[in-house]
Amino acid sequence: MHDLTPITALGGTSQRIDTVGDVCLTEMPDVALASVAARRGKEARCRAALKPLLNADAPPPGRTTANAPFESIWTGPDQWMLLADFTTHEDIAAHLKSHLADTASVTEQTDAWVCFDLTGPRITAVLELLCTIDLTWFETGDAIRTSIHHLGCFVICTETGQSVRILGPRASAGSLHHAITTAMASAL
Amino acid sequence: MTQTNRLDGGQIDRDATLSFTFDGKTYAGHPGDTLASALLANNVRLMGRSFKYHRPRGPLTAGSEEPNALVELRSGARQEPNTRATTAELFDGLSAKSQNRWPSLAFDAMAINDRLSNFLTAGFYYKTFMWPAAFWEKLYEPIIRKAAGLGSLSMQADPDAYDKGFRHCDLLIIGAGPAGLSAALTAARAGKHVILADEDFRMGGRLNAETFAIADMAAADWAAQIIAELCTMPNVRLMPRTTVIGAFDHGIYGAVERISDHLAIPPAGKPRQILWRVNAQQCLLCAGATERPIAFENNDRPGIMLAASMRAYANRWATTPARRVAIFTNNDDGHRTAQDLHAKGVKIAAVIDTRPDAQRSHDYEVLQGAQVKDTKGRLGLTFVEVAQADGSSRTVECGALGVSGGWNPNVHLTCHQRGRPTWDDGLAAFVPGGTLPPGMTVAGAANGALSTHGALQSGRDAARKALGLKGRAPAVPKAEDAPVNQSPFWYVQGCSRAWLDQQNDVTVKDVKLSHQEGFRSVEHLKRYTTLGMATDQGKTSNMGGLAIMAELAGKSIHEVGTTIFRPPYTPMAIGALAGRMRGKEFHPTRLTPSHFWAKERGAVFVEVGNWLRAQWFPLPGETHWRQSVDREVTATRASVGVCDCTTLGKIDVQGSDAATFLNKIYCNGFAKLAVGKTRYGLMLREDGIAMDDGTAGRLAEDQFVVTTTTANAAKVYQHMEFVRQCLMPDADVQLISTTEAWAQYAVAGPNSRRLLQKIVDADHDISNEGFPFMGCANITVCGGLRARLFRISFSGELAFEIAVPSRYGDALMRRLMVEGEEFDVTPYGTEALGVMRIEKGHAAGNELNGTTTALNLGMGRMVSKAKDSIGSKLSERPGLNQADALMQVGLRPINADHKVTAGGHLMNATGPVDAAHDQGYVTSAAYSPALGCMIGLGFLKDGGNRLRERLRLVSPVTDLTVEVVVVSAHFIDPEGERVRA
Repeated sequence: MHDLTPITALGGTSQRIDTVGDVCLTEMPDVALASVAARRGKEARCRAALKPLLNADAPPPGRTTANAPFESIWTGPDQWMLLADFTTHEDIAAHLKSHLADTASVTEQTDAWVCFDLTGPRITAVLELLCTIDLTWFETGDAIRTSIHHLGCFVICTETGQSVRILGPRASAGSLHHAITTAMASAL
Repeated sequence: MTQTNRLDGGQIDRDATLSFTFDGKTYAGHPGDTLASALLANNVRLMGRSFKYHRPRGPLTAGSEEPNALVELRSGARQEPNTRATTAELFDGLSAKSQNRWPSLAFDAMAINDRLSNFLTAGFYYKTFMWPAAFWEKLYEPIIRKAAGLGSLSMQADPDAYDKGFRHCDLLIIGAGPAGLSAALTAARAGKHVILADEDFRMGGRLNAETFAIADMAAADWAAQIIAELCTMPNVRLMPRTTVIGAFDHGIYGAVERISDHLAIPPAGKPRQILWRVNAQQCLLCAGATERPIAFENNDRPGIMLAASMRAYANRWATTPARRVAIFTNNDDGHRTAQDLHAKGVKIAAVIDTRPDAQRSHDYEVLQGAQVKDTKGRLGLTFVEVAQADGSSRTVECGALGVSGGWNPNVHLTCHQRGRPTWDDGLAAFVPGGTLPPGMTVAGAANGALSTHGALQSGRDAARKALGLKGRAPAVPKAEDAPVNQSPFWYVQGCSRAWLDQQNDVTVKDVKLSHQEGFRSVEHLKRYTTLGMATDQGKTSNMGGLAIMAELAGKSIHEVGTTIFRPPYTPMAIGALAGRMRGKEFHPTRLTPSHFWAKERGAVFVEVGNWLRAQWFPLPGETHWRQSVDREVTATRASVGVCDCTTLGKIDVQGSDAATFLNKIYCNGFAKLAVGKTRYGLMLREDGIAMDDGTAGRLAEDQFVVTTTTANAAKVYQHMEFVRQCLMPDADVQLISTTEAWAQYAVAGPNSRRLLQKIVDADHDISNEGFPFMGCANITVCGGLRARLFRISFSGELAFEIAVPSRYGDALMRRLMVEGEEFDVTPYGTEALGVMRIEKGHAAGNELNGTTTALNLGMGRMVSKAKDSIGSKLSERPGLNQADALMQVGLRPINADHKVTAGGHLMNATGPVDAAHDQGYVTSAAYSPALGCMIGLGFLKDGGNRLRERLRLVSPVTDLTVEVVVVSAHFIDPEGERVRA
């Protein structure tokens, strides 16, 4: 076991939590990520191989799956991002590659992203200051790629009107965090 | 003496009193007041001076169309010029100043302009300030700007914050008057997502300003009841204090919501305003109508205002500009004002109606067929001179005059995508027509339905149609439905200084002059006279000007046409357009994995795109950056240095056709690169010019890691996606960026291997034999952490780049520093990086400058002829392959003390110094600690054959001439022995 101590995307040794009113923003460092892109001509085999990992069909555009151990987001034609618990799946890319073999290209994405959970009854008021998502239909299981503070992000609805997960570029975690907490102070 | 002109009733909260100041004098008002209504209640009619002639002015209107009552609101950094007193919501402690006057509002020395009006006509500047031309910018314009103009800026940074936001709806309704409320109720009850936006702080539109009933309730009460119902509906969002400023493409509307303008200071963390981007499936414009004035001699005195505005002041704000008023009208609506004010106890001196058959009244005198021909009262109206039907004159004493010339539908937003309104003869007004913005419909007075019942019905029907609602239409409540009887009456014959555009001081005479001098097109008229060019965009003036031009030209008004209406509908703060994107938040920042560590070490950072990179790491005692940089370079070349190079783009390329794909995008060959090897690659643009360079390491038969320059990371990725999706759609290639996933550090210098051997787990052989130059491998470090190692060198030393998952980057850097202590390990920044790459002759952004080819860069032979790659064909163009083509060379000064500067041009040792004799230019320069002098890289004509030639490096703009000698670009270790050590 190696002896290097990780830091979170915001530079701390533990997750950062910010609360404004009844809305809470939580940095989620323990999320392992890997991209899965089906190899050309092997799309059906890739989907078949993904099914037992996701305990569901690979999601269609704009949708996610949320069954343990691997959650998934549609990210492009025959492309998905898979999420797992970092503490048990730090080796997510190797693990997936062993299952998907030559049906897919798998790339570790864990530390390419910072993950925030935004929860509370008034998250809509915060989100509408941040991104162009049409929140009138944004429901549990929906995911969309959008721009927040000029940063390409995924926003995943984990509970309609109550909870979203935001994946943004890790190097800009500070800027993204600033944008979200500023919007929270503004809207709440 | 307070609020002497306050009447009974109104929608103000008399239980609370607000204190405010205007020009330093304290007054009282009530919640619900605007600054204008409160000043009128305090018997203040004089609120401003006009733009050009500095004529005393009071409010003309009670809304956002106001041209006259412009003030500087607030003080200090929050001072905002040109704020309309008619829309500024009163709050306790509000302070306002009049503007464009000196020394005071009542006595303005610049009013001398008014006496010189015969000279200061339209086009005056153009005719007068022609000679000498040089005087215009330095003398004439500053003087004119000082003499004319509006409010002043605080010259301080705006202390308030602004947000931007995004909302979506099935139906956006603009305007919450009778049509808007009726539409909102219809759509909301059908379950649609509705946004109802209104610029006023109290929704209801004209219903708040009228006394008639709807469904046997007072109109304002009916409006309040509907709004209360809408408030309870989750699918409805009410947005008062929100001005829809523009109709943009694809159903997108801009809307400015004033969050805190009615407060002294925005609460902590709250914005002053929010600029909403509303994405509407359908839009219903219910913007109402604006009353139009009639032009007559001296029609701009304080106290002269639009009749319906006077009525609004009385009914909604319980105030009157004077206790004795007169009305000048050409339609029935003027009589409504007389009736309402009479009912409020205001003395109606007379109603002057241009129509010979005007209705009479038991309550006041009606002068039929009469016209106002002049007025008196310098700082406030005192008398009006009336020309009666029988030709006689009569003087009517009054402190205010309500003027009504009919109503113009507010068509502005229908024209934002170049739609033109059409002329309605029945209304004698322009109505929405032609091509409206897609998805927009218009209802109510904005569409010419000027009666209350008409507006209610029109709003309901338009909402049903826009949303495709079926079934029986709900009933419209009983309401006023008087027939609209508007006939054109634009100005009183014989007048000359009769004001059309009160904000820009344009008179009837100016329009006539414009016509006389040939500026007859409506667009020329606008620019020649400045009619409609003020901050109110001519909402109360355009029609009058058009009508007079039409009359002079012998055309119909429709033939004359209108000018273009453009966003924003009303003036808005620039800050709202910027939102939070200002100062350090102008763009997001990217931090490297070692950022927090570097900050602890006192690194000086530089912005590279959005990245912050350590530029150098000063040590105690170092007072100049060169000391730090020279030390970092020397220490790295002597032992070992570490530099964070995470910012270089990293693109994971996988798939069975990955090698074929790289062969396409790089001009040199990649198909045969062995697994475990890295190769330098040059990408060309389609036109054969170099685009970017980097390395690609083959980690597996079907996996490469491509690196790009920091600056071009996104562009290269975009280019690669284009090639993958469009040029090679059948290839089995998958791409994804991993730039931020890995913390990557260059470890360079003769002791770099020894340092890394302390970090890299023992089962990975990184000896020169086990891991030779240009090797790459997946390895583990520090007891099992997955990592990647590349043996590549930008510095020219024995060097590696090591990558670990970003979260461990901070710890790895600290570990390298600890383990490197025995080698005096030195962190180095981008400056030292730059020095070392120049010493080694490596091209970077300065050399890959968008004009250079592989040949220029000395890499002409890299462009493979054995395969087809992007740009290879066009790189063969004769023009790019001339015998004396620019070639990259190194440059040293003859005198070691002399400077070499990037950007300087190369000239032959003798001969003229001019563009015709230009030999090339210097792209990069640095002080080389190893050579003890400055050195440069540059492009020189036929440079490959001119080694040891002496040239002049010149920079005429900095008066520099330095003798230099052409040398190899590889100043350090030209044989490359160090990198292979």
